[in-house]
Amino acid sequence: MIRTENLTKRYRAVVAVDQIDLDVREGDIYGFLGANGSGKTTTVRMLLGLAFATSGDIAITGQPMPKSRSTVLPMIGSLVEGPAAYGRLSGRNNLALFDAINATGVRRSRRTRIEEALDRVGLGGVDSRPVKTYSLGMRQRLGLAGAILRTPRLLILDEPTNGLDPQGIREIRDLLLDMNQQGTTVFLSSHLLAEVEQTCSRVGVLDRGRLVLQDDLATLTAPTGRTFVRTPDVAEAQRVLSSPVTALSDDSLLVETDDPGAVNTTLVRAGVRVLELGPERHTLEDVVLAATQSGTDSMARP
Amino acid sequence: MIGVELRKMLRSRRTWVTILLINALPTLVGVLLAVTDLGPRPGSGPAFLSAVLSDGTLFPLAAVAIVLPLFLPTAVAVVAGEAIAGEAQAGTLRYVLARPVGRTRLLVAKLVSVVVFVILAVLVVALSAYVLGSFLLGDQPVSASVSGTTLTSGQIAWRTALALGYAVLSMLGVAAIALFLSTIVESPLAAAMGALAVLIGSSLLLTLDAANSLSPFLPTRYWLSFIDLFRDPILWRNVVRGTGLQLAYVAVFLGAAWAHFTTKDITD
Repeated sequence: MIRTENLTKRYRAVVAVDQIDLDVREGDIYGFLGANGSGKTTTVRMLLGLAFATSGDIAITGQPMPKSRSTVLPMIGSLVEGPAAYGRLSGRNNLALFDAINATGVRRSRRTRIEEALDRVGLGGVDSRPVKTYSLGMRQRLGLAGAILRTPRLLILDEPTNGLDPQGIREIRDLLLDMNQQGTTVFLSSHLLAEVEQTCSRVGVLDRGRLVLQDDLATLTAPTGRTFVRTPDVAEAQRVLSSPVTALSDDSLLVETDDPGAVNTTLVRAGVRVLELGPERHTLEDVVLAATQSGTDSMARP
Repeated sequence: MIGVELRKMLRSRRTWVTILLINALPTLVGVLLAVTDLGPRPGSGPAFLSAVLSDGTLFPLAAVAIVLPLFLPTAVAVVAGEAIAGEAQAGTLRYVLARPVGRTRLLVAKLVSVVVFVILAVLVVALSAYVLGSFLLGDQPVSASVSGTTLTSGQIAWRTALALGYAVLSMLGVAAIALFLSTIVESPLAAAMGALAVLIGSSLLLTLDAANSLSPFLPTRYWLSFIDLFRDPILWRNVVRGTGLQLAYVAVFLGAAWAHFTTKDITD
């Protein structure tokens, strides 16, 4: 769906995006992670033809960007660096205006499409007050409505849950999953690990402009081959287990085996009290922190 | 896209408030003339104003002559300066371009919208001046031509139409300059001020003998040449030059705006 090769963006001496090779497949919900200032938004802008790459290639649905922007962009719904709307117009009028801007949409169905999009983002009951009176959350929802207005094949969303409350975040996540079920590929740029972990099927991690990691979420958070045990009887457990054991703390340890069942049987037979037991998994946070350095907004002394 | 731009412009309350404000000055002048019956002496004051006390049908021309040097270009600079920079400031530019709208098309749509604004403003000024002129001011035909001969009312009508068209045309240069600046600076106000600075500079240079060699190229040089349309016979030379000059300004600055805007990163 999206492929980039050696995509690079240089602002004078600063390399904002450094030779990244994105590979987003059809049907993915792709989480594009990175600290603030790591180059996420610059990449998104290049994908949408708003900024021009210094070097490298972009192909979306196999067509080169920004050369084929007039055929590619109508398939894409986007939200870049926060929503924007004409403040004096109502939400509905804003959507109507954006829908009319490019005449690929069928005019007759415009009203139905707008109402449907508003319903999906939870703004169906909004009145005709101007957008400048909207709260941040409402603006964000309106921006999303604009992005999904034409049931795009690809959604490119930059921090879509910014400004939403937990309830709203949940609703948007459900909306994205639902759209993905119906065949929309989602490219979700975010610095919120939890959001990506709960939504995405594939993850790319950007660190200071470089793509340091790109893989399926299931692979990244697959069991590590070790078994985690929590027990008050650490010493006893270490004695009865045959596999090498690392004690983590007063009440937990790691066993070098990928068979939690066997560990459990051994411990229980020996009368060791087991509070918790299971295969050890890395969280996405562990994976990301291991692959990256701190963001560019921290200016600690070296 | 042009349709959307026009809709946005025509629906905006600001458009109509601006036009009403432009219209306020000639209306005030007309009322003052009618009430006091004190016209400027022939040859002084804004063009045609000395004649309107006796012939009210000339007031539309006088009204346009009143707003042309400052009010109209200021409004044009503000509207055109807003074009790209305003969208960038509101953050809507990136969404418009990602819809997608070609950048060239957006520029052209913005220019068309500014031109329609100028046409509207000139028409409103001329029409309300016509109404005011026929009700409050004199109704004796005077020697309308600047050369002293008398023009028939038919002649006056079509020459007035030509003059209004020329006034619209005269604003194209300002519009193109402001539009160009609007693609460069981030603030709509800065773009408008920049365009106004060019106009003020141009007017100042016109008063300077040392700048004589520059004057045929200054954007405000031929603005008031529409008076030549009321000579008998019509003196076309400056009107033609003025038209050519305005078109040249459009070509140069729209070209520059295009060259800059189509290659720039949108970072609003």
